[in-house]
Amino acid sequence: MENAGYLFATFTIIWALVFGYVLLLSNRQRRLRREIDSLKETFKGRGIEQ
Amino acid sequence: MKQSHVFRSGLLGLSFILLVVALYLIFIYVPTEKTMGIVQRIFYFHVPVAWVAFLAFFIVFLGSILYLWKRQSKWDVIASSSAEVGIVFTTLVLITGSIWAKPIWGVWWTWDARLTTSLVLWLIYVAYLIVRSYATEEQRGARFAAIVGIVGFIDVPIVALAITLWRTQHPGPVIFQGGLAPPMLLTLLVCLAAFTTLYCLLLIQRVSMKNDEGEIKRLKELCSWGCD
Repeated sequence: MENAGYLFATFTIIWALVFGYVLLLSNRQRRLRREIDSLKETFKGRGIEQ
Repeated sequence: MKQSHVFRSGLLGLSFILLVVALYLIFIYVPTEKTMGIVQRIFYFHVPVAWVAFLAFFIVFLGSILYLWKRQSKWDVIASSSAEVGIVFTTLVLITGSIWAKPIWGVWWTWDARLTTSLVLWLIYVAYLIVRSYATEEQRGARFAAIVGIVGFIDVPIVALAITLWRTQHPGPVIFQGGLAPPMLLTLLVCLAAFTTLYCLLLIQRVSMKNDEGEIKRLKELCSWGCD
């Protein structure tokens, strides 16, 4: 089991980076969708055609 | 439920299953390589992430050509989204390669042809994103970035062929010369499929976000005309 630490480090970094990126994208997308909904609500309230 | 949502959920499920199978194959199924020992298992992640990075930059190359030709923003959206995902995967290639190099070569980094051209590849696509963000006009930035995306792709075959063109410390093309035992080849192929699916998922997600950003921009412009 020599060098197992290197293998562990590789897998930890890969998954941390991939999940971090996926999480970042999900959060940003949720924020964007909220903004779209809020803008659409504003238009609806003021009776503006989109 | 929208068709695109069903497709994305299916892709997410497939990606998850393939990644779980890949982990099983890497840690339980595949035999340990004689010379390098357990650390050689990094190979099953290092090669697929490199493949995905190349694929991502090929999509940037195609999208850039189509954008300059047709002038349709959808091609620019696809190209820029793929560039971002490609940078994430190239970062992983550089990190995993460096960790693998330490126990085998005794150093984290060496200015070897394969490693140097890979670093240059990463820098080219970081420049691609910088060009876009610094452009004062959006369409101008997209045009400049498309040129970087086309010219920058020249480095991809250089990275791929570096091990045959120059004398390097990096291992030779073992995969295409039949140097892999069948269980190792199977594990590699499953890992390739898993990471390619993950790339498709991330690309779709990023394109969808860019479309949302475009929609917000359109609504805000409409608001500047219609609100108050």
